[in-house]
Amino acid sequence: MRPRGGVQWTLFGLFLVALVPVVGERYYVDLTTQILIYALFALSLNILVGYCGNLSFGHAAFFAIGGYACVILTTTYEVTLIISLGLSVLISAVAAAAIGYVCVRLAAMHFAMLTLAFSMLVWSIAIKWTPVTGGDDGFVGATLPDLISNPVSFFYFALLIFSTGLILLRVICTSTFGRAMIAIRENETRATFMGMDVRKIRLQAFTIAGAFAGLAGALLGLYNRGMYPESAFWTESGQVLIMVLLGGMHSFIGPVLGAAALYILETMINQYTEYWQIVLGVILLGVVLIAPDGLAGLLSGFRKRKDDSVTGVDSE
Amino acid sequence: MILNVENTSRSFSGFLALDNVNLQVAEGEMHALIGPNGAGKTTLFNVISGLISADTGTVSFKDRELSRMKPHQIVEVGIARSFQRVNVFPRNTAFENVQVAFIARNREHFKIFAAAYGKYTQEIMELLILVGMADDASTPAGELAHGKQKQLELAVALAANPALLLLDEPTAGMSIAETMSSIELIRDIVKGRNLTLLFTEHDMTVVFEIADRVSVLHHGQIIATGDGETVRNDPEVRRVYLGTEESES
Repeated sequence: MRPRGGVQWTLFGLFLVALVPVVGERYYVDLTTQILIYALFALSLNILVGYCGNLSFGHAAFFAIGGYACVILTTTYEVTLIISLGLSVLISAVAAAAIGYVCVRLAAMHFAMLTLAFSMLVWSIAIKWTPVTGGDDGFVGATLPDLISNPVSFFYFALLIFSTGLILLRVICTSTFGRAMIAIRENETRATFMGMDVRKIRLQAFTIAGAFAGLAGALLGLYNRGMYPESAFWTESGQVLIMVLLGGMHSFIGPVLGAAALYILETMINQYTEYWQIVLGVILLGVVLIAPDGLAGLLSGFRKRKDDSVTGVDSE
Repeated sequence: MILNVENTSRSFSGFLALDNVNLQVAEGEMHALIGPNGAGKTTLFNVISGLISADTGTVSFKDRELSRMKPHQIVEVGIARSFQRVNVFPRNTAFENVQVAFIARNREHFKIFAAAYGKYTQEIMELLILVGMADDASTPAGELAHGKQKQLELAVALAANPALLLLDEPTAGMSIAETMSSIELIRDIVKGRNLTLLFTEHDMTVVFEIADRVSVLHHGQIIATGDGETVRNDPEVRRVYLGTEESES
């Protein structure tokens, strides 16, 4: 359970990422920006899936809510960027608290199906509420402050937000609340008879996950200078879940690896075949069968296990 | 009376698991609940600890009505329990198992900015030493021997700082030697910390060795309560339980 040398590795990784615009072309800057956004989204989902043990099929709801909230605030209401970002996170958190209040009453599969239902509700609102969201065509033409309007400056803005999110989530996951989440994942009955209000803890996890998904969504909205209903669609929830599984849900940093791997693989494979989905299916099958702990599990298998860590999720 | 179970009944799809049970546990006593398999002992524990609700009757602890409380609230008022089948966090170390219990007891399970690392190290080690597990702190609970897991359960229950300890078969699956040392440990802890103990036990030697009072449950009814001698000589108890020496596992 000791936080291991992860801090140095993470800083080193962030440093390397920061070099992308220096050494890479515009194309790679864009790719990395998207990876950062989805990595933050995947990290937020892993709070639920990896730490609390609650499988969600509808996490895109909060991603979309955050995104729409941010572009609508900055563009329709001309709110300054920082305040818009803050409000987007707040709105996503409130939505997650409300939806979570209902969902955490259910267990396992019923929980998952209810999150899916709520996300489709958000999707249909995004499509039908045309005056506010732009409806089917999406909300287009969001305005950005000059400071972050070119790809490289936006990249560093995204990197800053991502790093902040990463640190906050790390702090949350290693907190006493983080320990409580793991306890619930491992054995809900025992956690209850230690005196924990399991439902409230799950609700708090759901709310935090929703808030950070909203932050990632807000970044996406700014990056695309608009928001589209697809971001709330179940396929988006599915994709981020794939990122978590691919990267390894029993590792803090796993979802980041998963998001990067998925984007890079998709880009590479699309050059050779248009059947990317089939290849992805094969890769996922391989992950499930050979490396159930994902890429992070493979990596930590290479490195010798140094201490008594068995909580899985805490091993970096 | 620290614990007062009155006229409590509970049935499962027609089967009457608890039939108008009345049970009083005095503060500071070690009270054994015995009876054949299926007599309703675990059901009674589950009702007291709030895992299931009773159909009728009341359960009160220190004059507080428990029936409407949720399990975690019952822990908060001072009742901790262990389980008949070992119920720990198998992938977490013994240290971490006890640590989570301390986090819960100190209501820190909602704090997102309180670092957990190293928290309560001293208290945790004291408890692990108390139950004889100082060397097992960093062993995953799932890899501990069965007897050690039972002791870990005891440590976890104690970490909640209870006034009343409910131990469901604390020596189940232990060897005779383990049973004896374990039961002495429990007695020392209960007396040393001024706790009240309500426990179920299949080993009659253990029961009559340490229990201040014994209650016998049979077909969901309490058929006798009293000190060891009284219960042992009760004709009804001899007829339905002791006489036949039904072996419980």
